[in-house]
Amino acid sequence: MNARFDSSRRDFLKQGALTGGALVVAFFVPGAHRLAQATEAPAEFAPNAFLRISADESIRVLLAHSEMGQGIWTALPMLIAEELDADWSKIQVEHAPAAPAYFANGMPMQFTGGSMSTWTEFERYRQAGAMARALLIQAAAQRFKRKPADCRTENGYVIVGEERASYGTLAPAAAKLAPPKTVALKEPKDWKLIGQPTKRLDSPEKINGSARFGMDVQFDGLLTAVVARGPVFGATVRAFDATATRQVPGVRDVVQVPSGVAVIADHFWAAKRGRDALRVDWDLGAGAALDSDAVRTDFLAKAATEGLVATQAGDAAATLSGAAKRIEAEYSVPFLAHAPMEPLNCTVKIDADLCEVWTGTQFQTMDQAAAARITGLKPEQVQIHTLFLGGGFGRRATPTSDFVVEAVHVAKAAGKPVKTVWTREDDIRGGYYRPAFVHKAEIAIGDDGKPAAWRQRIVGQSILGNSPFKMMIKNGIDATSVEGVADSPYIKDLANHRVELHSPELPVPVLWLRSVGHTHTAFVMESLIDELAHAAGKDPLDYRRDLLQQHARHLGVLNLAAEKAGWGTPPEKGRARGLAVHESFGSYAAQVAEVSLQGGEIRVHRVVCAVDCGIAVNPAGITAQMESGIVFGLSAALFGNLTLRKGEVQQSNYHDYRVLRMNQTPQIEVHIVPSTAKPGGIGEVGVPPLAAAVANALFALTGKRQRNLPLSAA
Amino acid sequence: MVSLNLNGKTAQFDVPDDMPLLWVIRDVAHLTGTKFGCGMAQCGACTVHVDGSPLRACITPVAAVAGKAITTIEGLSPDASHPVQRAWAELDVVQCGYCQSGQIMSAVALLKAKPDPTDADIDAALSGNICRCGTYQRIRAAVHRAAELAKT
Amino acid sequence: MHNVLAVLLCLLLAACGSSSNSPDAAQTQAAVAAFATVQQVFQHLRCQNCHIPGDAPLQFDAGLPHQMGVVRGPAGHGAPGLPCSSCHGEANPPESYGPNAPPGAPHWALPPPEKRMVTKDLSAPALCKMIQDKQENGGRDFAALLKHVSEDKLVLWGWNPGGNRAPVPVPHAEFVAKFKTWSDAGGPCPAS
Repeated sequence: MNARFDSSRRDFLKQGALTGGALVVAFFVPGAHRLAQATEAPAEFAPNAFLRISADESIRVLLAHSEMGQGIWTALPMLIAEELDADWSKIQVEHAPAAPAYFANGMPMQFTGGSMSTWTEFERYRQAGAMARALLIQAAAQRFKRKPADCRTENGYVIVGEERASYGTLAPAAAKLAPPKTVALKEPKDWKLIGQPTKRLDSPEKINGSARFGMDVQFDGLLTAVVARGPVFGATVRAFDATATRQVPGVRDVVQVPSGVAVIADHFWAAKRGRDALRVDWDLGAGAALDSDAVRTDFLAKAATEGLVATQAGDAAATLSGAAKRIEAEYSVPFLAHAPMEPLNCTVKIDADLCEVWTGTQFQTMDQAAAARITGLKPEQVQIHTLFLGGGFGRRATPTSDFVVEAVHVAKAAGKPVKTVWTREDDIRGGYYRPAFVHKAEIAIGDDGKPAAWRQRIVGQSILGNSPFKMMIKNGIDATSVEGVADSPYIKDLANHRVELHSPELPVPVLWLRSVGHTHTAFVMESLIDELAHAAGKDPLDYRRDLLQQHARHLGVLNLAAEKAGWGTPPEKGRARGLAVHESFGSYAAQVAEVSLQGGEIRVHRVVCAVDCGIAVNPAGITAQMESGIVFGLSAALFGNLTLRKGEVQQSNYHDYRVLRMNQTPQIEVHIVPSTAKPGGIGEVGVPPLAAAVANALFALTGKRQRNLPLSAA
Repeated sequence: MVSLNLNGKTAQFDVPDDMPLLWVIRDVAHLTGTKFGCGMAQCGACTVHVDGSPLRACITPVAAVAGKAITTIEGLSPDASHPVQRAWAELDVVQCGYCQSGQIMSAVALLKAKPDPTDADIDAALSGNICRCGTYQRIRAAVHRAAELAKT
Repeated sequence: MHNVLAVLLCLLLAACGSSSNSPDAAQTQAAVAAFATVQQVFQHLRCQNCHIPGDAPLQFDAGLPHQMGVVRGPAGHGAPGLPCSSCHGEANPPESYGPNAPPGAPHWALPPPEKRMVTKDLSAPALCKMIQDKQENGGRDFAALLKHVSEDKLVLWGWNPGGNRAPVPVPHAEFVAKFKTWSDAGGPCPAS
């Protein structure tokens, strides 16, 4: 059956024919209660899985990844259009269906994460464009009876001497040609689009309300469910009484599902009112004993004991015990919720031989397999319609497909199409948090003031453990727990170092949150370097420069950020600056934060950021992502704190799980280091240095070292 | 039955009086540009205008706005030509885009009340709208740009 | 600073604006005693959260700075573009909206900037003077003040704040009676 999704042209066209009817996506047209149908247009030139050119000149780019704000709706089409020499104004974009043709390069799944979309598609999407261009040239050569070598392309036309033919007019003929295996790509010097700041292609629909998010899926006969889930993690339903619920006008059904009890109604409000009226007797289980303060205490105790070795060289212990000068420090970070603006939701319609899923997801293949498992259908009988994600930040990349699994169960139990919607409270309390972590570092300081040996113990739940990705854990080490420490240049450059890990298990489901392990490791490492600089009586910039002499890209961003921020010049009275530099996802970022304390609150006035992500495909998108990462990082640094008492999450909505607002947003400046290195990630890279830059600035301001997040103004 | 004037059109809706305006707009009138983000007036994603004033639709009982003129993002302009929308496009403000309908409606309300806002005015008017993608700096710049565009 | 100025102003007024209709000592004593209740109400969080110095109102029972950077604005109705009425309706939202939905009452607002009617952190004498100072209280005489505390819907909201908010603990009728006792005696102020 997989042949159906093969990326070769013939099979792809066959897929179009097979599924043409099923690809119909029906939505209410706003204001008029009728169905609009988006169907496969005929006479399309589909040279590969990523590109369709129609006789009407439209060029459709199919995204193998999900647009969640990070800008691949623009960056990936740029790659295709560059090699295709397409007319940029003719580009249309859509999310690809879930199919093996769209598996991420080298991986057996279709997903969006790890800041990987642009750099992993850098070859494939350019090849897709180049291959189409080659076929269009061949078609033109045949039409004009010339050699392909005599043809050139420009802005959507093949030009031969005085003759020219538009891609649209060539599409039917090109569709009949066999595509070449590979095609030579342009030299970077010939790039017209790559490297140009390019505006987002999804902007028009996102400023007039027409963009479709998962939450916006509506069609005739669709009901809405709100699910009552356990008050603590792992709770199960003992019994429930839906008498009052069924009396709420608009409530159609109440069904039990593995995650709780679903109230299904004509619309969200009736479902929510129905859930309010529901009485559920929960068996709380072991989760009821959870307390986040106790978790931290326990983690600190574990940090005093030996863990599994993540990396090690020489004999750190011996150097430490013989050291005349050393520092020892404990750092901690709390659980964090992703809190994307669009609460989780998923729409499911199950027929005899087809299950359709509409949602904003980062994990199409996992979701497809999960839906197949529950419905008893084959994966290829499950269609995943990816809509715009109202923020992802990792929460929509759940290895367990939690919100999809639940929605499929609900639709299956209801026997009707259902959209399962989470309230904001459900979303904050629904688990899958950035795990809480404790770090304990012991660093021997040499006579030169530099670190001589380094031992660091990290304690926190494994994200990969208890997930289908468990096999990625090597020798007990979940790389996502130690990234940013085990590979830190400060540590790896030392002859004597040792990084250990404890991965305790807790009933709290944990997950990657934008920049994953780097969310805490960058804070700890760059704070520790600041502690060392202070202990050595050195300027934090000079100290880092000294340690990073062999790390040109670290130095490049560090120097650029420091220069642009005016490091070394006095800041405004009452303010202080702090800096941090960190590598993540194949890119490098340095940030200088300028802070003050005002009215009992930490005020961050300005953040200057330098980034080196190799070739900058869309500099406009990169700048936007760095701004975004800085705001995201600042939210966590100033406010992010999810706590549990007796197993219950204490926060519920944005009033007590605060995130940054405009009046707290600093002036942000982003500088991109010009580079010809291969592209690195960008979506997460702006987050890691921020907390440390702010904490270090606060130290410069107050002389008080803050080793716990969120930061305190006291 | 509640009678609502939505984007210039009056229609009857068979919904309970205490149903939040947001869900009538989204789930009954099927105008999905107005977003659900928090349900308690914390995030501003549901901002609409009622008789020209901004209102959080998620905490407004529909009966409270019966007969009043309600404008949603879809009713702001027929072709995204409102100066605020033009400025948003020009400065490439959006990222995930989920909050932007609310941000735009709040910005429109600000410019109506204060055609030449300062940065402080913009912060004061728009800090009720959360953006998890962190587009705040661009929004600030785009409001200034919209103020310019409105004069031309 | 505003606090200090307000207190100084009140002290000055106390020095020069002595009694007009000379009530008897017993009535004065009873009125001063009644003022304790008046103070308790005026400085209860339900009222005081918006009767603040500066321009940033407070919220919740803990009296925290109002999130969203909410400000008094040019007329006390919030910032241009973010009027109080964006979130605070004419009445408390239905209970089904949850305990955290913003409360509502007619003309939800702060005092205007030129008449801030600050009650927060005022001493009893200072509060006493401020309440009856027409420069501060919107030009209200005792009759108008009594009507205000008896009938104003935003004032009455303090006894029915909805959600999990603590209501003003003194019964409204008792408060009005005490206010009347106090104002009938010409609004005498406690010495400390």
